[in-house]
Amino acid sequence: MNSQKPVSSAQQRFTFTRRTMFVGGVQAVLGLVVSARMAYISVAENEKYTVESESNRVSLTLIPPRRGWFIDRVGKPIATNQADFRVDLIPDRVVDKEKTVATLRKLLDLTGDDVERITRELKQAKGFQPIQVADGLDYNSFAKVSVRLPELPGVSPRQGFSRFYPSGPAVGHLIGYVGVVSAEEYQEKKNPLLITPGFKVGKDGLEKVFEDKLQGTAGAKRVEVTARGKIVQELDTRQDIPGKPIQLTIDIDLHNYAARRLGLESGAVVVIDCLNGDILTMASMPSFDPNSFSGGIGRTEYKWLRENERIPLLNKALQGLYPPGSTLKPMAALAFLDLGIDPDETVFCNGGYTLGNRRFQCLGTHGSINMPNAIKASCNTYFYSMSRRVGYDAIAPVARMLGLGEEYKLPFNSQRYGTIPDSAWMKKKYKKDWSQSDTLNATIGQGYVLTNPLQLALMSARIASGRKLQPNIIAGKRPLAPLLPYSQEHFAIVHDGMDRVVNGPGGTARGSILPVEGVKMGGKTGTAQVRGLDKRGGNQWKYRDHGLFVCFAPVDNPRYAAAVVIEHGVGGARAAAPVAKDVLTFLYDREKAMAALESFESGWGGTPEERMARELATFRGTVASPAAPAATTPKPPTTVTPPANPAAPQKPPVKKPDNAA
Amino acid sequence: MNSIIPAPIAGLPWRVIIILLALVSIGTTVLYSAAGGSFEPWAGKHMIRFLIFAVMAVIMSRMPLDFWKAVTFPVYGVLILLLIAVEIMGFAGGGSQRWIDLGIISIQPSELMKPAIVLTAAWFYDRLPPTKINGIDAIWPIAALLVLPSILVIIQPDFDAALAFIFCVVVVGFLAGLPLLYFWAGGAAIAILAPIVFFFGLRPYQQDRVLIFLNPEKDPLGAGYHITQSKIAIGSGGVFGKGFGNGTQSHLDYLPEGHTDFIFATMAEEWGLVGGLVILFLYYHLMRWGLTVAVNSRSRYGQLVAAGLTCTLFFYIMINLLMVVGFAPVAGLPLPFISHGGSSMLTAMICVGIIMSIERHPGSREGQFG
Repeated sequence: MNSQKPVSSAQQRFTFTRRTMFVGGVQAVLGLVVSARMAYISVAENEKYTVESESNRVSLTLIPPRRGWFIDRVGKPIATNQADFRVDLIPDRVVDKEKTVATLRKLLDLTGDDVERITRELKQAKGFQPIQVADGLDYNSFAKVSVRLPELPGVSPRQGFSRFYPSGPAVGHLIGYVGVVSAEEYQEKKNPLLITPGFKVGKDGLEKVFEDKLQGTAGAKRVEVTARGKIVQELDTRQDIPGKPIQLTIDIDLHNYAARRLGLESGAVVVIDCLNGDILTMASMPSFDPNSFSGGIGRTEYKWLRENERIPLLNKALQGLYPPGSTLKPMAALAFLDLGIDPDETVFCNGGYTLGNRRFQCLGTHGSINMPNAIKASCNTYFYSMSRRVGYDAIAPVARMLGLGEEYKLPFNSQRYGTIPDSAWMKKKYKKDWSQSDTLNATIGQGYVLTNPLQLALMSARIASGRKLQPNIIAGKRPLAPLLPYSQEHFAIVHDGMDRVVNGPGGTARGSILPVEGVKMGGKTGTAQVRGLDKRGGNQWKYRDHGLFVCFAPVDNPRYAAAVVIEHGVGGARAAAPVAKDVLTFLYDREKAMAALESFESGWGGTPEERMARELATFRGTVASPAAPAATTPKPPTTVTPPANPAAPQKPPVKKPDNAA
Repeated sequence: MNSIIPAPIAGLPWRVIIILLALVSIGTTVLYSAAGGSFEPWAGKHMIRFLIFAVMAVIMSRMPLDFWKAVTFPVYGVLILLLIAVEIMGFAGGGSQRWIDLGIISIQPSELMKPAIVLTAAWFYDRLPPTKINGIDAIWPIAALLVLPSILVIIQPDFDAALAFIFCVVVVGFLAGLPLLYFWAGGAAIAILAPIVFFFGLRPYQQDRVLIFLNPEKDPLGAGYHITQSKIAIGSGGVFGKGFGNGTQSHLDYLPEGHTDFIFATMAEEWGLVGGLVILFLYYHLMRWGLTVAVNSRSRYGQLVAAGLTCTLFFYIMINLLMVVGFAPVAGLPLPFISHGGSSMLTAMICVGIIMSIERHPGSREGQFG
């Protein structure tokens, strides 16, 4: 530094030139830095930025694939897709939420329930997830929204497909329903298809289990868009590949009939083909309408379903467990025969059976009675006496062999398999010894015995066919089931007893003879006690006995087997057997069966759909149609006189005494 | 020169005119494409403005050196008054304002102040006796001349302009021969103070702006959006670009300010690295021309003005380019001769016109302090 020396002009000129060179050098270096940086971005990172530029430019719109159909055994539709118009909200793009919802409410006539659901979902929304406003719209409503789009940012009207279940509530439990993907499901798979508006996945039942097969492959539309989202041009479109259809073993007409025939009762009907184990019908009522779930169910409707004491959200055919009552007596008879008991051996019935100091009641005083007649009259004394002789540990294997307490490979997520108890089970579960009174109770299907309606139907199908049928729900050719390890003669004796129940003089289900020329039904009634006689709280519905009925037809060459469970139906003969009769009649003579059903329904207040709509309206506090009778329509007259219900003349010492019809 | 060409035309500074014409033509081409293949609304105006300002610059080049010396201080004074006027109008209008609308053209005094402050600094160091260059007298008068307009633009608030003034004065001071110690000390002071100012002097939103500049991906839709989209435009252009009229980043509006501040990215998307290097090559020749004029000038005032104005142009170019490639924070500085915009073109052409004047009038070697 020359800072201390005096500076001359010449020196300054020299300094200037030198410093100018330096400045020029700095400029050149900076120029090279920019060149190098630019070269790095455009050459080394070219690929990355080309991709980013393309993803800016091209917007990929997924076209949700059409969902595969469910069809019945002859190809009739059970779940289909309907072309419809829909309106969604993209939460991120909505400017004024309240105003937008209010406008949509006016345009689309949304109910308070819908508005409440939309507002709630809008609050929880994660930005990227579209919210359904309404689907299944007609063209007019759709057009009304479309023309006002400029003032409704975030509203997206589209044409799409929605799931449609022609049978409505009848197939709610069987098929399940579809719905919008939840945030958790999306987090798990991160598939952008899942959050495409209008895309639904199976949420319950078969819809959920067969999701992968039904889903199909999404189509895609590539469009060029500006930064503001304006579409410049469509680039190309790949069509969606619809999901594959699934054919069920169900006979949908029979299934619908059974569901309707259950009427005001709460219960299940299962019908099985005795040739191959195909489930022809698996109805559980009351149910929910899967159509209303698929559109996003309103809170009131869901509350109504949840608070209903008949539990419409439970599939009673698979998840409902009931003490089977006397419907197990044919099985017990088969066990006795297998253990060498002579069917002609008689037992004297004096109206009950004494074990030690305890008295087990019979329904009547049958006098001297043999096996077929004991089945026919449902004589408890006979079965008490014989089971005491052989012991329940010898009967339980037969029960299991006939399918009770067993698990099946059916594509339903939640099934309950019930219990067939024996001494080992008792030891394991309660650390107790099996007692003889346990044997007596179990033999008449009380005590610890629990089964679901499907198992009961399978039991009667196995008894009817003599084969170890497996239940099927998916249609397909299957090898003939192997014979059960019991003598055909023994089956014939049991069939004879079951024939007498319906067709014999004094049979407990005498009132349910099939009104079909040349076709006889064999069956067995059951009345299962819900709680001890001492605790029966008056006539309250939920404390009444369950009514059950197992049957098959024709009795001489079994083709169809069925089980009917009517919750709190008071008696098997009174509540369950008439349903079974009409359902089996439908298989042979539709007109006659429909005539019977229509006369019932006129008394009940219409089809299940009509009644549900009315009940829901009542629940909402606004009666849809004032002329329609309320949900408290009296019970239909049944064609059967109820069997004498034992009026508990004696206090049973333990919780499960006899009580069978 | 060949006699076929008339002397007045042959005497024009063709070297710089060709460089500028090339730059402006590139700008016009890019603006034509950015408008979707149309001379409206940018490309046509851009070329016409250049032609008008080029005539202005040629006229300026005829002015003798003494003219510039004579007008330096009056121009400075007028611009200070205009800055105050803008301030008052902005205050009365209830908002910040940078423009004075004269009907035919609107003037941005802070913009014109950039070349003016260079002239002022050169004028000061020209008058300063060489012996005093190391003393305090070499600092305080120019510091005062710098602080006045800086405060006025900071009130607007326009920090970028204030930075430009400081840069201009520092460069002129450096070239005038101020002791190097000042610059070392200044550099060291910035290195120490910058973090302190960052952590204690800046409000959180200002800190955010700096952080986002350092890592634009942190805020891809907010402040980092410009830089990210600019890099996408340049990067997707590759070596040879997507071709004329095929830039999607600019045409689909992903690149903001694609015709002004980010025009280099618009260009690079369609013309690629090659186009960028051509522009840098032209700027290199422009800078070389300006500095050559400075070194060849025989008067101290001419030297300082030519070099100072060249550096002013360089300041614009480099801040813009560093921003576009993601090396500097987003600042509203256009790219001279290429970006659309009358005000920046006017400033740039004033710089060029004065440098052309110095080229034409190198002056006498004998300064007043011989």
